[in-house]
Amino acid sequence: MDLRRPPRSTSGGVEPKIRQVGFVTPDVSGPSELPAVAALQPGPAAGSPPASDLSPGSLSPVMIPPPRHADHLSPGSPSPPASEAILASSAPQPSSMRFDAASELAEDDSRSMAPSAGELETNKGDLADTQNEGAPVSQKQKPSKAERRAIQEAQRAAKAAAKEAGLSGKSTGAPSGANPAVSKQAKSAKASQKKDVPPAANTVASEKKVTERLPERDRKKDAPHPRMQFDDVHRVEKAKKRAIVNQSEARNRVELFRHLPQYVHGTQLPDLESKFFQLEPIHPSVYKVGLQYLSGEVSGGNGRCIAMLLSFREAIKDYSTPPNKTLSRDLTAKISSYVSFFIECRPLSISMGNAIRFLKNRIAKLPLTLSESEAKASLQSDIDRFINEKIVVADQVIVSHAITKVRDGDVLLTYGSSSVVEMILDHAHELGRKFRVIVVDSRPKLEGQGLLRRLVAKGINCTYTHINAVSYIMHEVTRVFLGASSILSNGTVYSRVGTASVAMVAHALGIPVLVCCEAYKFHERVQLDSICANELGDPDVISKVPGRADLDHLKNWTDKENLQLLNLTYDATPSDYVSMIITDYGMLPPTSVPVIVREYRKEQLWV
Amino acid sequence: MTGTRGGEAAEAFIIEEFDRCKKLGVGAGDEAVAAVMALVGVARSSKAETVAALEAEVNTAVEELKCLDKPYGSLSAACDMFVRYVVTRQRGGGGDDQTAPFSAIKRRLVSRARRFGHICGGARGTIATLCQDFLLDGCTVLVHGHSAAVLDALKLAGASGKRLKVLCTEGRPDGAGMRMAGELAAAGIPARVLLDLAVAYAMSEVDMVLVGADVVTETGGVVGVVGTYQVALVARAMSRPVYVAAESYKFATLYPLGQKDIKQGVRRPVGFGGQLVPRGVDVETAVRDYTPPQHLELLITDLGVLPPPAVGDVLLQLSV
Repeated sequence: MDLRRPPRSTSGGVEPKIRQVGFVTPDVSGPSELPAVAALQPGPAAGSPPASDLSPGSLSPVMIPPPRHADHLSPGSPSPPASEAILASSAPQPSSMRFDAASELAEDDSRSMAPSAGELETNKGDLADTQNEGAPVSQKQKPSKAERRAIQEAQRAAKAAAKEAGLSGKSTGAPSGANPAVSKQAKSAKASQKKDVPPAANTVASEKKVTERLPERDRKKDAPHPRMQFDDVHRVEKAKKRAIVNQSEARNRVELFRHLPQYVHGTQLPDLESKFFQLEPIHPSVYKVGLQYLSGEVSGGNGRCIAMLLSFREAIKDYSTPPNKTLSRDLTAKISSYVSFFIECRPLSISMGNAIRFLKNRIAKLPLTLSESEAKASLQSDIDRFINEKIVVADQVIVSHAITKVRDGDVLLTYGSSSVVEMILDHAHELGRKFRVIVVDSRPKLEGQGLLRRLVAKGINCTYTHINAVSYIMHEVTRVFLGASSILSNGTVYSRVGTASVAMVAHALGIPVLVCCEAYKFHERVQLDSICANELGDPDVISKVPGRADLDHLKNWTDKENLQLLNLTYDATPSDYVSMIITDYGMLPPTSVPVIVREYRKEQLWV
Repeated sequence: MTGTRGGEAAEAFIIEEFDRCKKLGVGAGDEAVAAVMALVGVARSSKAETVAALEAEVNTAVEELKCLDKPYGSLSAACDMFVRYVVTRQRGGGGDDQTAPFSAIKRRLVSRARRFGHICGGARGTIATLCQDFLLDGCTVLVHGHSAAVLDALKLAGASGKRLKVLCTEGRPDGAGMRMAGELAAAGIPARVLLDLAVAYAMSEVDMVLVGADVVTETGGVVGVVGTYQVALVARAMSRPVYVAAESYKFATLYPLGQKDIKQGVRRPVGFGGQLVPRGVDVETAVRDYTPPQHLELLITDLGVLPPPAVGDVLLQLSV
């Protein structure tokens, strides 16, 4: 029987694609795997979890058959009290398996097969939590540490062998068919890959399950990974226990945005700084970049992505494979842990997510024959190549395309501060085109001021205004150039909050809106509004206006129960308002974005 | 390089080929098809020894042909499509064949060129057949400008026994509409000529608008004879569908953002039927305009009946 998270009541019947770390071991004899909430009957359910629960999306990844279950659970003594004791709607795991998980967790902290960091964090949090909660009420014998270590080695070997077998041929049998048959896990390292489901041969069935998981795992790699939903109290608690950065949740949160994380600002940085010498597993350059994200020093899609990749490059340079571990898996786990750390400092941008996916892909595709130094050199050159091709050269191509749309006498409007748009304006000025620029800015970030300063220093004619005047100033404008954090599959532009308003006003007056975005930022996700996925900033920044201490009407806003402040970071601009998207693949209409995503993903596979 | 035609000899050759193809009546008088056939001839008769030399020869020929067609019109679009389909695509697709002998590559290139020529030649027939689903018995069609593809479609409908009524805009200043109406009448289809400004007046009795195009832009919009945009706007305001009959070789990677982004070419004086233009009065001599894709319902092409966004798709697939 496999171990899965039971369907959550909070998710409205839709199974979130949560993956547990591979050390989660399946239940053996048959204590029912029904959710702790639903069925607390201790009776063994004859090893048949409701098959209906087993949909492909909800299955866990690679399971390592723990040998011990044959001994402990086959006598038919389930661990129902343990199961019942596990609250927090985590999967009810027999305690022996928890110990397995716990020990393995202690052993190698972040080694997992889950490629997506967000899930990894959640899952590890889950496991750690279940370990914490389950341990006191366990009624099983705790195997000795040496025993457990031996078991882990065997499991690792089994997993490696199964991975080879699994990758060479994907079985198509429904996993749900295999699971009810699995009631025992044996300790053997057999790597046989049988396609039929022998009910009695538990090992084989478990192996089959392993191999079946693998193609799913590969498949899931390509699927966009879910974001952790922060309105689920238990998950948040678990995540907090695992977190490196101590963050306290803010009060007075807007109800509509409860699914997004919001922490009290100002407490994280000192806390993280004080922990510097304790954070051994985190490489110093990764740590430094994390601090830069937290303080806001590094911002902007390209900037953050480059900083992250360069820190990974340093980390890879200083990396050495621990004994008895494969480079690709250990390094992937390390990268995942770094990514979790970055997420705690500041939620990932889509550009960063795509870059991480690329890097993990490259690590996974390393030929096994490479030596460690060769592999590291190859990865470092891959990172350099990514930065060069997808960002630096892409920006140059975008500028060369966009420059054809800047004519003499144009009045160009831009919003906020986009690195690509700044390059376009610089280049047009160098070529001697006669134009002037209107920079529209907005509180609280006031990013446009930096752009304004740099443009004026170059001698470009500029006008500066805030977004509340955009409908007034738009009558003078001939073209609008906007940057983007990402462009989604339906042509929606996901960019700094306020972009949608500017685009809307421009569209209403028939002014062409040109969005400039590198192709590596495209995402296959579809978003219809700005609510489902966003980032919440510090609400205190809204209540205070720098330089105007007299405007203190919102001084103690947290004390007022019916007052909530909302500071959104991103918004989604519908594709109707966009006239043209300029990428390194050329100038496209917004309807052609899925074509690029399709072709671009293929190219990634060849790379 | 021995064997390759260089410089002026090459230019002369391509013009010669082009004239020859036109005289042969290739493409039923469509210059663009004749140009494509001429390019096929260049590729076939090329004595180049390397892929690069062959491509250079083709590119020289294309440049020469495009000089004949300023501003960018269907002839230039067809030449660019030829290059994209034959040269660029084959380069990308045959990546693993770089070690193949040149003769094999050239053979493949020439066969692609021939296939493209064949596609272009048969384009109008395919379009006419596809249009039959839209030209229902007893419908009233408004046409603007003199488009051979539209003419063929209407003639085919008439020949198959459908009773059509066609309204032709006058098509000033060059009287294209009059010519269109004359040919329709000769084919037995009743045609009525409208003043250009009477389109809104007549739109209520019209079932659909069928126009041709000079060039189909990457957005899915069309660059056509001036007045197309106006007719499309009126049709949209009165909820009539606008169909564009355009061959696929007219797809071009133009991306105009407004009317001023398309080039008008050499301005010819507009005649006013003997009436003199008063002193101090200027005349707008635009001959082409751009119709954005929002106003178009469907594009009827030899690749099938496409919605405007599909044009970008097709062009991307040929270049990515």
